[in-house]
Amino acid sequence: MSTRLATGGRLLNTAKPLNFTFNGKQMRGYEGDTLASALLANDQMLMGRSFKYHRPRGVVASGAEEPNGLVNLGAEGKFEPNQRVTTTELFDGLQASSQNHWPSLEFDVGAINKHLSRFLPAGFYYKMFMYPRAAWKHVYEPIIRHSAGLGKAPKAQDVDTYEHFYAFCDVLVIGGGVAGLEAARTAGLSGAKVLLLEQNEFWGGRAPVDGGTVDGKSTDVFVADLVAQLQAMDNVQMRSRTMGAGVYDHGYVLGYERLTDHAPTASGPRHRLWRIRAGHVITATGAIERPLSFAGNDIPGVMLAAALRDYVVNWGVSVGDRTVVVTNNDNAYLTAIALKHAGLDVPAILDARVLPQDSAVMQQAKALGIRVLMGHGISSVKGGKRVTGVAICAQAGEGAVLEEIACDAVAMSGGWSPVVHLWSHCGGKLRWDTALACFSPDLDNAPKGADGMGFVTPAGAASGMFPLDDVLHDAHAAADGVVTSLGFKLPKDASAPNAERREEAPMAPVWLMPQGASVKLREKVWLDYQNDVKVSDVRLAAQEGFVSVEHAKRYTTLGMATDQGKLSNINGLATLAGALDADIPTVGTTTFRPPYHPISMASIGGEARGAVFQPIRRTPMHDWHESNGAEFEPVGQWRRPYAFRRGSETTHDAVMREVTNTRTNMGLLDASTLGKIIVKGPDAGKFLDMMYTNMMSSLKIGKCRYGLMCSENGFLIDDGVVARIDEDTWLCHTTTGGAESIHGHMEEWLQTEWWDWDVYVANVTEQYAQVAVVGPNARHCLEKLGGMDVSKDALGFMEWVDGELGGFKVRIYRISFSGELSFEIAVDASHGQAFWDALMVAGHDLGAMPYGTECLHILRAEKGFIMIGDETDGTVIPQDLGLHWAISKKKDDYLGKRAQERSHMTDPTRWKLVGLETTDGSTLPDGAYATGEGRNANGQRTVIGRVTSTYHSPTLNKGIAMGLVLNGPDRMGEVIEFPGTDGKIYNARIVDPVFYDKEGEKQNV
Amino acid sequence: MSEPVTALKNASATNGIAEIREIGPLGMITLRGDLSAGYLKTLATKQTGVEFPAQRTCKTDGLNGLAWMSPDELLMMCPYGDAQTSVARMTEALSGKHALVANVSDARAVFEVKGPLARDVMAKLAPVDLAIDRFSPGMFRRSRLAQVPAAFWMPDAETFQIVCFRSVARYMFDLLSIAAQPGSEVGHF
Repeated sequence: MSTRLATGGRLLNTAKPLNFTFNGKQMRGYEGDTLASALLANDQMLMGRSFKYHRPRGVVASGAEEPNGLVNLGAEGKFEPNQRVTTTELFDGLQASSQNHWPSLEFDVGAINKHLSRFLPAGFYYKMFMYPRAAWKHVYEPIIRHSAGLGKAPKAQDVDTYEHFYAFCDVLVIGGGVAGLEAARTAGLSGAKVLLLEQNEFWGGRAPVDGGTVDGKSTDVFVADLVAQLQAMDNVQMRSRTMGAGVYDHGYVLGYERLTDHAPTASGPRHRLWRIRAGHVITATGAIERPLSFAGNDIPGVMLAAALRDYVVNWGVSVGDRTVVVTNNDNAYLTAIALKHAGLDVPAILDARVLPQDSAVMQQAKALGIRVLMGHGISSVKGGKRVTGVAICAQAGEGAVLEEIACDAVAMSGGWSPVVHLWSHCGGKLRWDTALACFSPDLDNAPKGADGMGFVTPAGAASGMFPLDDVLHDAHAAADGVVTSLGFKLPKDASAPNAERREEAPMAPVWLMPQGASVKLREKVWLDYQNDVKVSDVRLAAQEGFVSVEHAKRYTTLGMATDQGKLSNINGLATLAGALDADIPTVGTTTFRPPYHPISMASIGGEARGAVFQPIRRTPMHDWHESNGAEFEPVGQWRRPYAFRRGSETTHDAVMREVTNTRTNMGLLDASTLGKIIVKGPDAGKFLDMMYTNMMSSLKIGKCRYGLMCSENGFLIDDGVVARIDEDTWLCHTTTGGAESIHGHMEEWLQTEWWDWDVYVANVTEQYAQVAVVGPNARHCLEKLGGMDVSKDALGFMEWVDGELGGFKVRIYRISFSGELSFEIAVDASHGQAFWDALMVAGHDLGAMPYGTECLHILRAEKGFIMIGDETDGTVIPQDLGLHWAISKKKDDYLGKRAQERSHMTDPTRWKLVGLETTDGSTLPDGAYATGEGRNANGQRTVIGRVTSTYHSPTLNKGIAMGLVLNGPDRMGEVIEFPGTDGKIYNARIVDPVFYDKEGEKQNV
Repeated sequence: MSEPVTALKNASATNGIAEIREIGPLGMITLRGDLSAGYLKTLATKQTGVEFPAQRTCKTDGLNGLAWMSPDELLMMCPYGDAQTSVARMTEALSGKHALVANVSDARAVFEVKGPLARDVMAKLAPVDLAIDRFSPGMFRRSRLAQVPAAFWMPDAETFQIVCFRSVARYMFDLLSIAAQPGSEVGHF
């Protein structure tokens, strides 16, 4: 049984009991508990099932490295799967359920896989699911999908909020154990700005658990004093519950703060992602204990020795009455001693080493009456869902059982591995430490910043320093070096605290227990608990030729579970090295990638969800559109009305009505979104002649000209009307989506290529609300508003004029994208809605109706006007569209000119723009391809053209379309075939693209 | 002429850790030209009554002010109603010189974030070092707030004034309100 002890539990507040449920069962814990410690206190050792064999799984660790204790947490909008019990702080009302089993945790049908394990070796999936081919889609995939994953996918939308926070500091210290605290203190003394992050809610790491004295104080008092000292420093910021998740280039670090995971009813965001820029990063991330590889090391009740010690000391939890300790180092003896002090029984310490003399802790253990067996190990663990005993053997042998000891817990320690993840994220190299049998940071190969200098420094156990005194001195020296490199100076009297030294006997690497374990035992030795990878699997991978550690990892799935192999990596690669008869450092490690521990996806998104998922740009008349039936469509980041529906109208009906009304009465279009860029300066004309294919320098003041803009590769990128404002000022209209990019395009050429030309540009798109007043009654409407002469003589086609209309200060452009009499009127945006209202009132008797973008499209298509994005797709040049008239022959150069002279661009077989008219009046499908004779080299039907725009024209009462067709302009009158995706073949006649008012009389009145 | 209407009609949200308010309309003029030229400095300072701003700073006096936007661009601030005449006067004064003057008052929306925790709110959205010793009244930044461009400065020690494009005023307001949501204090500054 695991249970709560009567005493102990330094992190607990026993005055505050908390109720929670596990699989619906009521349980009780205390404030300060983790879910893991609370479950253990309630004798809930079995917490889940493993991924592949559905083996019973209990908690094995006490921190972020935990591979087994994963649960579904919360309900509905707060449901989240795969939450680690060891990093989940207990709160009142917590609901957890176990994962990966059916029908129940106690009885799981999937556990039958363990009996099939002989047939499910490494690479099973790759070998099994190859044949027959068809079976993958219909048999294998559905089954695998059903059984895949540990937790359930959330069904309800997340009700929490998340945010980012940008922080800057000179020194970022990651890890609030004694090394991190000392590093922060030292850096703080220099006056540098220090930010200290700690993933747990408490400070000091495991030093208070492991005991000892610093400067004559016990470690917990030392930690408390140090924390108080740091809190008093103005230049030091401390964040607990904040994990350093990833280290990136240029001193960029992500911190993951869990604000309300422990208090889900509190207001405010749940997680905060810290986006930190640090002058230098100190990783004081500690070390992780390694499991030992013996048969049955995955049975619930087998735990890391230090974790077992944590549960006793931190949370007053006994994992079992009788605990056998198995180790290859001195550190695990502390667990035996802690258990004894808690009044629990330790039947034996099995030490794989054979030492010439006892170390201090051994003597201490023996003095407490603990039986210590040198040169011994575990042959196998007894038990199913719970440890019942161990069979012991000689470590040097093959596993012959010498004795069985009854126990209900096993504390194992295979040594310690520094947490090198954050050091490695940005390229820090590792070196193999033979004495400690671990990889530690290679200080000569730090991750380097822009200046070629290292920007990450490890401190304490994370740099391979284990005795407390070494940890503190290393942290002090690391911080000293860092602040010095940043130009700060420590006060002369600053020095590291001194810890009492404990002499330790050297550890001995043990990668398999017993070292000669038979195949039968090896098949029960787990390396990766979550993904069920055993010693035998890694050996098989090696045997099958997966000699690279990266390949072996993927083949066996070692270290690929949600814990990313924090416990299994080193043991796994040592096993691989053993199988390959190679050195561990030669085999190397897999790549450490951020985040260190999973972070929520929502924290990455931050505030960007719901209403602010993306910015939506609104015109000054947006609200009016919204309350007047507008159905919106996205155009760039704008939302433009697609059509304004009235009553029970369908969208199509509304569009048809808008077209007819605009052609017969008058329509209003919100054209505010069109880009408006002022280009000014002595060289502005010359500049615009380069930007546009046609001549803009010759445009007369007061006149407008339609222009085309190409990229330097000759492709058409934007179009619009340019107005000459004064001697050295032009105003360029761009497409809605092109305003910012064309502004940027202009600035780029001005700043990088023609930096010596005197030209300034300014994007004034949003200064104006612009309304197109379109249709036969347009002029009447403007005259009703009054204030300026808008007659044909005063304001001719393709002219502009400033004035006052109905009391509004306006600029009117007489331009037309519809073929109708049309005025585009710009007013200051703050008056846009009032102006729109005035037009609606003035136009009331004239049949004024607003129209949307689809109507705009039909109007322009009836006139054969091209649209950027429809007739162009980044591969189309103006010559393809028959726009030769807009390409100046007089100019020496313009952007795209030389490109358009390339052989491929002048190829007569380039598809060219034509009009298309179905023979039966129906509407061609959008994007349909025209097919020609024969087949191409791939056996596909030859294509000779495609539809670029297609609409039903209510004006002509038939389908009209434009398309790019091979030799199109030379084939007028020919009928070509467009197979639709509906099985029908559409026959369309090639015609002139101008369908309506070919002479342009209607716009020129 | 109608009364000018701001994008959000001066909406406000005051239930969070800082007060969010759309202010304005404010007169704003883009001035591009040779910022080292004496004629330009004299004109800009005379027009606004404030000193000429150095790189990344702004000088303000009530509604009037000058902000450094780039090596060849200034933002001039003035009462909304004065912008048009100022533009005309400056264009006239700069005739013959290579410069661009444009009224952008209506292209913008202006917000205020006010309160002791205003820095917290801003630091959630702008990738800018807002430590008290790194950003203070008199300084000016052109940066972004979440996904949109924005410029900001501090009229006083507890107030940020933000300028963004008018079309994203709603986004900006929602963004600031969320960043200021109750219970979201950071306590970093």
